[in-house]
Amino acid sequence: MTTERLSRLAKHAGLVLIGFVMLYPVLWMVVSSLRPGDEIFRSPGLILDSLQTENYTEGWNALTPSFGTYLLNSAILVLGCIVGNLVSCSMAAYAFARLQFTGKRWWFGIMLGTIMLPIHVIIVPQYVLFSNIGWVNTFLPLIVPKILATDAFFVFLMVQFIRGLPRELDEAARIDGCGHPRIFLRIVLPLMKPALAATTIFTFIWTWNDFFSQLIYLTDPEMYTVPVALRSFVDSTVATSWGSQFAMSVVSLLPIFLAFLIGQRYLVQGIATTGGK
Amino acid sequence: MSALDELRGLRRGGAQVRKRDNRAAFWFLAPWFAGLLLVTVGPVLASFGLGFTRYNLIQPPRLIGFDNFARILSDTRLHNALRVTFTYVLVSVPLQLACALGVALLLNRGLRGLAFYRSAFYLPSLLGSSVAIAVLWTQVFGTEGLVNRVLGFFGVEGKGWISDPDTALSTLIVLNVWTFGSPMIIFLAGLRQIPEVYYEAAAIDGAGRWSRFWRITLPLLSPILFFNLVLQIIHAFQSFTQAFVVSGGTGGPSDSTMFYTLYLYQQGFSRFDMGYASALAWFLLLIIAAFTAINFWAAKFWVFYDD
Repeated sequence: MTTERLSRLAKHAGLVLIGFVMLYPVLWMVVSSLRPGDEIFRSPGLILDSLQTENYTEGWNALTPSFGTYLLNSAILVLGCIVGNLVSCSMAAYAFARLQFTGKRWWFGIMLGTIMLPIHVIIVPQYVLFSNIGWVNTFLPLIVPKILATDAFFVFLMVQFIRGLPRELDEAARIDGCGHPRIFLRIVLPLMKPALAATTIFTFIWTWNDFFSQLIYLTDPEMYTVPVALRSFVDSTVATSWGSQFAMSVVSLLPIFLAFLIGQRYLVQGIATTGGK
Repeated sequence: MSALDELRGLRRGGAQVRKRDNRAAFWFLAPWFAGLLLVTVGPVLASFGLGFTRYNLIQPPRLIGFDNFARILSDTRLHNALRVTFTYVLVSVPLQLACALGVALLLNRGLRGLAFYRSAFYLPSLLGSSVAIAVLWTQVFGTEGLVNRVLGFFGVEGKGWISDPDTALSTLIVLNVWTFGSPMIIFLAGLRQIPEVYYEAAAIDGAGRWSRFWRITLPLLSPILFFNLVLQIIHAFQSFTQAFVVSGGTGGPSDSTMFYTLYLYQQGFSRFDMGYASALAWFLLLIIAAFTAINFWAAKFWVFYDD
């Protein structure tokens, strides 16, 4: 009894320690962003003497345009990607989960294969295509692929989910004279809310964090998104002020943290049922 | 359960067709077909063609035969990038999965506060690929960074971990291990699938903790471990942001953080040598495909399917 309790206590202590060490740098960044700049190097602790917000005002206005523009750009981009993924991936998923068609197994195999296709392999010809039609420095090269269901991970997530829905419902609707569009819109879509929620939150976080493609397509400061702007800010201030760099880093992580708090149930479910990314 | 199991199933053959809905399927899949043509498979094929040309986006592409591919064989900077990338993948992925499995085992079986721990360990894998965390890493492992402050407490002399070519890559490996939360969640889901009766039976037979782990948990978890291994290797090959930010886009110091993807980016989007970048992209695809194929082949010897 007592040894069992002791070992359980040790387990908790170990887990808390691991978690603390892992999250310490992030907590420290948040605290440090509220300290006067010269103190960051001296204080490895988490206790604040006073609350300074000058790092935030300094960082916010360091680039032209200010950070508000980048947040807005990222928000527009994320919204476009979410809508694109929700519409196109759910349509494709319905076809793969519920319809019988020629070559279905092949197409499904190709779809699964594209989950593992690295973006670096397609970025060069994609860039050539999009720059030839004048889409560089717009959000189109980043949003249009989502409208075309190229995030196959979400197609797969939704296929898995639709397969779990009782078929009797669609068959009843079909007997009542519903065609596929109506079965999809009226029956399947309302039932797959958890999968749509997972898609929304994952798309939000991944698009918000995505750096590679945004770095390539967005070169005009007016069009910068948060990660591109943050990187350009860090490069331009070369080690002069950690305070403002930390402050803007915290600003850039805050939306992800909020999305995580709101949606963690769906995130965990989504990863666990599809095997994640 | 996972995309990989689906692929296995496809090889075995699926259900037979009753009635076809080709027209409806075409419309439901129309966006996806367009994406396949324009955004994914189309560009893969196009990049194969571009690989045989010299192209800088301004002048039209000029055919140069196998020059770009020959250059891959003689490009010593590329060979260094391959060495860096392989080291990164082969060291960080096993470490990351070991942490993920270890913590998942600790968290399994009705532990109090499971949801809280799970969230705390999962959070870094959502943050890890961001520029902000790379900025943080630059400070933490810098000469006057957090790590050296903490080492200073214990009287240990620190150094510039990121500015030293011998340790710069290690800091990125640590960063990848830090994001073990997402494979951990997959392990947790897998652990929950293992029937409790197996452990009860083993306990009756007098099996200890170790033999229960080696004889029950690990074999039954091996498909999940395999899945995580395949995906995390593919994922690690594509790492870009962290090396880019930490090195200021150079892959330095002395090319010690020059990931393959970073080199590809420099060739394609700093020097606008689109032909060579396309050849590099194809070569990367072949490398990842080869790794995945080896993984699938090796799986025959250690992955245990219960069906």
